[in-house]
Amino acid sequence: MSARRIFARPARFAAIAPYVWMVLFFLVPFAFVLKISLSQTAIAQPPYTPVFDVTAGWAAIKQAFGALSIDNFRLLVSDDLYVLSYLRSLVVALVSTSILLLIGYPIAYGMARLPKRWQPIAMMLVIVPFWTSFLIRIYAWINILQHDGLLNQILLALHLVSQPVVWLSTDSAMYLGIVYSYLPFMMLPLYATLVKMEPSLEEAAADLGASPLHVFWLVTFPLSLPGVGAGVLLCFIPIVGEFVIPDLLAGSNSLMIGQTLWLEFFTNKDWPVASATAIVLLVLLIAPLLLYDRLQRRQLEQR
Amino acid sequence: MAHAKVTRFNAASLALGFAFLYLPIVILVIYSFNASRLVTVWGGWSLVWYREFFNDSAMIEAAWMSLRVGAASATIATLLGTLAAVALSRGEGFKGRTLFSGMLYAPLVMPEVITGLSLLLLFVATNAERGFWTVTIAHTTLTMCFAAVVVQSRLGSLDRSLEEAAMDLGCDPVRAFLMVTLPLIIPAIVAGWMLAFTLSLDDLVIASFTTGPGSATLPIRIYSEVRLGVKPEINAICTMVIGLIAVVIVVASLVSKLTSAQGESAAPL
Amino acid sequence: MAEDVSKDEAESEPVKGEPQILPAAKPEPLPQANMPLLRIEGVAKKFGSFRAVDRVSLDITAGEFFALLGPSGCGKTTLLRMLAGFETPDEGRILLDGKDIAQVLPHERPVNMMFQNYALFPHLNVRDNIAFGLRRAGMAKNEINTRVAEMVALVKLDGLEKRKPDQLSGGQRQRVALARSLARRPQVLLLDEPLAALDKKLRESTQLELMELQRRLGMTFIIVTHDQEEAMTVASRIGVMDAGRLDQVATPRELYEAPLSRWIAEFIGEVNLFDGQVETREHNRIVVSTRDAGAITVAEPRNPVTKATVSVAIRPEKVKLSRRGPISDGMASRSINRLEGVITDVSYLGGLTVYKVRLDSGAVVRSSMANTARIDIDAYSLSQRVVAWFTPDDCLVLEQ
Repeated sequence: MSARRIFARPARFAAIAPYVWMVLFFLVPFAFVLKISLSQTAIAQPPYTPVFDVTAGWAAIKQAFGALSIDNFRLLVSDDLYVLSYLRSLVVALVSTSILLLIGYPIAYGMARLPKRWQPIAMMLVIVPFWTSFLIRIYAWINILQHDGLLNQILLALHLVSQPVVWLSTDSAMYLGIVYSYLPFMMLPLYATLVKMEPSLEEAAADLGASPLHVFWLVTFPLSLPGVGAGVLLCFIPIVGEFVIPDLLAGSNSLMIGQTLWLEFFTNKDWPVASATAIVLLVLLIAPLLLYDRLQRRQLEQR
Repeated sequence: MAHAKVTRFNAASLALGFAFLYLPIVILVIYSFNASRLVTVWGGWSLVWYREFFNDSAMIEAAWMSLRVGAASATIATLLGTLAAVALSRGEGFKGRTLFSGMLYAPLVMPEVITGLSLLLLFVATNAERGFWTVTIAHTTLTMCFAAVVVQSRLGSLDRSLEEAAMDLGCDPVRAFLMVTLPLIIPAIVAGWMLAFTLSLDDLVIASFTTGPGSATLPIRIYSEVRLGVKPEINAICTMVIGLIAVVIVVASLVSKLTSAQGESAAPL
Repeated sequence: MAEDVSKDEAESEPVKGEPQILPAAKPEPLPQANMPLLRIEGVAKKFGSFRAVDRVSLDITAGEFFALLGPSGCGKTTLLRMLAGFETPDEGRILLDGKDIAQVLPHERPVNMMFQNYALFPHLNVRDNIAFGLRRAGMAKNEINTRVAEMVALVKLDGLEKRKPDQLSGGQRQRVALARSLARRPQVLLLDEPLAALDKKLRESTQLELMELQRRLGMTFIIVTHDQEEAMTVASRIGVMDAGRLDQVATPRELYEAPLSRWIAEFIGEVNLFDGQVETREHNRIVVSTRDAGAITVAEPRNPVTKATVSVAIRPEKVKLSRRGPISDGMASRSINRLEGVITDVSYLGGLTVYKVRLDSGAVVRSSMANTARIDIDAYSLSQRVVAWFTPDDCLVLEQ
């Protein structure tokens, strides 16, 4: 029996505690979401019917089952508000992810080509804002973008505009906020992949006659694709369900699905519809989620 | 020999990128010392907004709540995350491994509104009293995977022959792990704790869903204030949080630097 | 050694039936006869305050197999990289066919390099790796196919074209790297420690293959290596470098038998060194009074000895052992150098035996003798008292 196998047995036991936790607090709750999504709203506590009372006996439970319906889902599909919300979320996520890739790749590449002793410092510099509160960073942008904020002050002082420009409550502000918050998520997987690539591969390509542009497109980029995939998914999936950034920075004429969900839940107190919204969102994201899981396993376990 | 060259394009993109990342924060910090309430006027250096914060009891309570939740959830998350990392990196294949790793890493990408909503529904269905513990449980679930990623990465790069040597000298696998591996991954565990702590400190969405009356966290309070408009007191609070996190990061990297070179695998990653 | 064998093949015609790769193999060029293909003039390179290459000048003729030899850190790799274009010299010129290419970018030079770690593109198969440079050169598709097939046959990788690098063994990867770097038929091929990763037997057979390849193609090869045996085997001329300077450029034979400095004598092969003072200078003879071996007579070297403190060097195979010394025949025997001592070590290496003899002064002399007879009842043994002797022509005076 090899040394690895000897370790494997006890190592597996370590999985028990986290496994139980995740089943209890991650998987099981989804069952609840599903159940509530099939229920109706009610002015009661909790604000939905039917309520499964375990003590009420089998007949009561059967009756409760009968009261479930897919009305909420019908609503989501038929009402424009929700359809538009989903579409908007997907579009915003796509656009943001593209911008993030365009901006993040050169920065990650620059970091990967730094002399080895500067790389940890560069890493730290990227991670520090990431660890700084996300909410704070959005707030920092509100500070700058507001009507009499720094940006307008500078523009007025340079006579580039004659009046303060409205920056907040626009889609541009939202995109700025999203790109700003998610940049480390795009850069870190990219950097991790680019830094593992030997520089001699790029030298060999140049030696064989490839111009710098060709070197990038034919050698560097293809080899960085796993990192690109991870970065893209790591950004796309959460952005679809974003709430805070669009809520604080975007206008209110069109809502992303995260905002819709929040509204249904906290303002309308319509838990069933909110749950249905969550289920549909989850279904939309299943393909990218599975893709991400595949990529993640391959990357972390390539040792 | 690595002959990586820093071209001008690289240098420019790096400089611009970092400027973009840091400028808003720097501006925020500077404004927190602005004596004037208005953004347009610079009233000179002052600590008035910091004093305002310390007089605002609601804020202080929220801050204290956040710190407690952060510490508690980070500790549990790091414990469970380390166990998960050990299972995944040393456990080879086992039944349900795919499901396990899938569940573990899903919160990393899952939109927070979904996780928050689902946990709240669980708590409601089980009639749990919503407050400190529900938020802590929710944050633990969210941050466990981050701690696991950090520790698993370190476990993967450790030289396996160290554990083999320990076994050769008479330890059974568990003792070999405790006496040889564990000391070497402590920096990663600490880093994982720090990461979980800051993520918990920062979380708004999940805390909003899972908190109860009277147990608001700092982000929840900040958020409700921010919705009403920019207040200079918020600048001060944010600066203090940034300061706290900066201290945490410095400590983490010092710990990491002091112990990181030990046990690295000789083979290139 | 490369130099001796090639004299026979100078007139060889290409063997019928083999793919015609290039015009008939060129005869071995004499260094002085041709204009240098590559002229390195006063090239220097500094990294910060560290002088990696310190004003090196060198001429390399077309068709040579040249080796840059030296310990790690001596600057040979930096020099090679400057030839490839990955570093730019701070001073000096690099003339290829008369044109200064020192500032020309790597992808625009008619020079190709075979990398130490092979640098095969992991996402491309063997065929695409070899075709990479040809595609960049804008060759037509069918021409590329023909050339790739030629290269594959040349390095004997037939059948493996569709494989990716991670599906090949170390030796196979090395061949792909070689084929890829030759595909564009560069004027000069640079090889950066190409055999370092191979085991001994494979290394030896690959050395011979490289030499044959170079002869057949008539290309100029410049190889960088820290292994002096390798340099001596493959190269027709060797440049020995140390601390950024080029110390000696010579054929393997000259380097071995007439090293210019004590350091080079020690670096190449084994050598016995005795320090001492020059005592007398007779016609065509120098007598050096050494600390450990008494007076040694050395034949007058080509370059006059200027210093008073010198070292006398004798290669072990020139030191002969006998029980009572060389057969005395009057005049001649008086100038033969005799050292008496006791055998303290016998290393039987198969083809030869290396003896360590401790002289009465305490110093140790190495002597290696070929085992020409299978059964040798007269072989020397430990603790035996012997005479180690050598003629004045067999030893050498070196200045410190």
